[in-house]
Amino acid sequence: MAQAQGVPAEPAGRIVPEPVRAGIELEINGERYRHTGDPSMPLLWYLRDVLRLTGTKYGGDHSGADLVLVDGKAVPALAQPMAALAGRRVVTVEGLAGADGSLHPLQQAFVDEDAIGCGYCTPGWLIAGVELLNRKPRPSDEDIDQLPVLCRCGCHARVRRAIKRAANGGKA
Amino acid sequence: MSADLSRRRFLKVLAGSAGALVVGLPLAEARADDAPLPPGLLGDDYRSLGAFVRIDADGAVLIGTRDPETGTGGATAVARIIADELDADWQRVAVLPLGLGVQNRDGQPAWTYGHQRGGAGETVPAAWADLRQAGALARWLLLQAAARQLGVPADQLRAQSGLVIAPDGRRLGYGALAAAAAKVAPPPAPVPVKQPERYALIGQPAGDADARAIVTGQLRFASDHRFAEELVAVLSHCPWPDGTLAAIDTAATLAVKGVVKVVQLRPEPSQPLGQTVLAPAVAVLAEDTWAALQGRDKLKLDWKPGPSGGENSADLEQQAVALLDDKTAAAVRVRNDGDVDAAGKKAARRLEASYVLPWLAHATPEPMNCLVRLEKDRATLVVPTQAPQQAWTVVRRLTGLAPEQIRIQVPRVGGGYGRRLDHDYVAEAVLLAQAAGRPVRLLWTRGEDLAHDVYRPGSAHKISAVVDRKRNVIAWTQRTASASALARRGVPDDRLWTSEVAADQLPAGLVPSYRSDWCALQSAIPRGAQRGMPHLSNAFAVESFVDELAHAMKEDPLDTRLRLLGEPRQVALGDGHVLDTGRLLNVLRLVADRIGWKQNWLHSVNGLGLACWRIGDAYVAHAIEAALDGNDLRIRRAVCAVDVGRVINPTGLEGQVAGATLDALGTALNLGVTFKDGRIQQHSYRDYPLAGMAQLPREVEVIVVPGENLPPSGASFLAMPTAAPALANAVFRVSAVRVRRLPLMRELLRML
Repeated sequence: MAQAQGVPAEPAGRIVPEPVRAGIELEINGERYRHTGDPSMPLLWYLRDVLRLTGTKYGGDHSGADLVLVDGKAVPALAQPMAALAGRRVVTVEGLAGADGSLHPLQQAFVDEDAIGCGYCTPGWLIAGVELLNRKPRPSDEDIDQLPVLCRCGCHARVRRAIKRAANGGKA
Repeated sequence: MSADLSRRRFLKVLAGSAGALVVGLPLAEARADDAPLPPGLLGDDYRSLGAFVRIDADGAVLIGTRDPETGTGGATAVARIIADELDADWQRVAVLPLGLGVQNRDGQPAWTYGHQRGGAGETVPAAWADLRQAGALARWLLLQAAARQLGVPADQLRAQSGLVIAPDGRRLGYGALAAAAAKVAPPPAPVPVKQPERYALIGQPAGDADARAIVTGQLRFASDHRFAEELVAVLSHCPWPDGTLAAIDTAATLAVKGVVKVVQLRPEPSQPLGQTVLAPAVAVLAEDTWAALQGRDKLKLDWKPGPSGGENSADLEQQAVALLDDKTAAAVRVRNDGDVDAAGKKAARRLEASYVLPWLAHATPEPMNCLVRLEKDRATLVVPTQAPQQAWTVVRRLTGLAPEQIRIQVPRVGGGYGRRLDHDYVAEAVLLAQAAGRPVRLLWTRGEDLAHDVYRPGSAHKISAVVDRKRNVIAWTQRTASASALARRGVPDDRLWTSEVAADQLPAGLVPSYRSDWCALQSAIPRGAQRGMPHLSNAFAVESFVDELAHAMKEDPLDTRLRLLGEPRQVALGDGHVLDTGRLLNVLRLVADRIGWKQNWLHSVNGLGLACWRIGDAYVAHAIEAALDGNDLRIRRAVCAVDVGRVINPTGLEGQVAGATLDALGTALNLGVTFKDGRIQQHSYRDYPLAGMAQLPREVEVIVVPGENLPPSGASFLAMPTAAPALANAVFRVSAVRVRRLPLMRELLRML
């Protein structure tokens, strides 16, 4: 049952008209989905339990491990009820790389700087960092200071370097 | 060590039917199989081969790692150690966790890979001792196979980056040789390992082997795994470990769509802490996480406190301080060199100070979780654990299955820090799977995680020192009071101090008279291992106190430290431990030079602070520069020098040192767990605010001492102990406030 909710919606332009279906339609990593379950379900559990997109992590409120882009803005998936996402475009960490598998420049910078501890909060840093770079291609240290991700491994300095590297066209 | 020798003896060579060479430790079951699976079909079953090294016909190299990877870089470092001996092409190496290796030896477990533990500083030293042989043996076999194929004696061939190269320039790839190599009879004696001048990977920088999978969100932690037909379980624990459930109403919970069952759990009083449920709990089992969480919110539970309901952390701290002041209080004598009392009589000067450290939670990024499937003759678990053998013990006890019927996979772990040496959550998941008759995926919420931890106990430390007319410290007395993290774990009373204070910690061995006593406190709040303990709390007290000594003598703290350490020499500390003052002096001087200590200490408007420490055979020093702008404390610079002996992966080491520095600084600045009426008062990251980027230094300048002549030491928590005292010493310089109690920010703002 849970699986069925995860099937991408039918492509548009079918000849045979279908009855109007209930549910919340949204786009995730370029694919269209229709959620027919509980509208109050947070996006995080829709991603992880229904779609099995487990790159977005549960870390609790304010952890930052659950950040996703909704219409380009980094928000915690735990705090986004599905009801609020009708027609929205969601990008998760799985959606950052190109269709050909090429890494997003920030993903590549994380690899190059080895900005990884246990790796659990890394998707959160990436989403927050991508949003920042989209908003401000040459972010200042003060901008980077504001990233809302918690990390016990202490990756902060390397994350900072990775964001600067990505901002600098991949050069350290 | 005998374990190393026996492991070498049992290294096995297996032939994969599609031309793979496998060097490893075949499990009993794998031996019993009619034929090995073709490598291409192995899929997730590669574990059944117990392989440390597998070379496929296409040249791909798979290296299995036995210790859980908790983010300390151990898996990458171990794989590089093996790959270097193999002369593998690192680009073709994939690294995979082996999971628990257990066989049935007359009903008792036989651990296939020996000791398996992660995040405890043992992974790299242990691999250095025994796993190089796996790579060396595989290389030897490949060279023999190439010798036959090329008609050239093996000793005239050389291996390099996945190729065997003949003197005439002919080359054969490892993949093409794998099938033939698997048929070569292994040598009777261990193959010699490489001489250091031939190292190609060891000592060279490498990023984490899992990096690509992590940044693309493809790496699956335990909590990302699923079993068919699983139920999701979330818990509501009793606020008191010894509390009881007076009343429960589950009607509203069971009415939530998707909720299947409500199950009560209780600790087993006969079991040691960490092997049973931590506190009574009510579990909601549901078809998905959201249903389970909604069901949990609708539980009506009336928990009643047990005897621990009277406990307050503030009272416990007062008790600790009182114990330290009461010279007649019962205490364990941890160390007693010389005669501190006699030395006190000829005192030129005496100084005394007390330090108070808070209780701490682990706050692992990945909360406790466990995936379990129970069948009649099998238990299959995916567990984020640092100690799979201990997890096995819990499963065995609760299921009664035979040793080899318990399968434990350990994917990369979202942080350990000591929390996952305990397996209360494994016990919970197994009990729930038994109750549900279906596979269970247990997930703790953050609130449960913070409020039901095995905490680092708070502690109080009172240090007094006697200084002679030449400013030499001639006597040092330390009294420590805490509730041992080893209590209720089957550890004898006279060893409970070992989690709280080290008998050979600085400045033991450096002062003629040295005494260390430990006073036990009692508490029902569960306690356990924590990253960097017992050094984390003791180094704060000791290294703060050395700084206080310097200021009391009106001298540069670097000079005080240099005098205390004395000439470079080996100081025997007992139990085989040695303090190499030369190595300690070296890391201390390195950080002092880098931060410009001599030029800046007295004159900078910012404050500079120093600290140094030894953990086992590894040495560390920090220099911190702090600035104060009103109430805003900024850490301008953090310099850390480490000497860990041989460095396997400089990139990994630098990351661990910088990471531990930032973790320790953030912890010192902000974190403390408190309890009132026996209830933990921290339930979210709002109450337990890990430091964000803005509070932390922008960089950590890491200096690594080259140590080619010494075996590698574990380094994952080496940089923890000295960061906080160096910070507090810097804060004193910039603010004239001596912070003797953590967390630092609360104390500083109180005293400013």
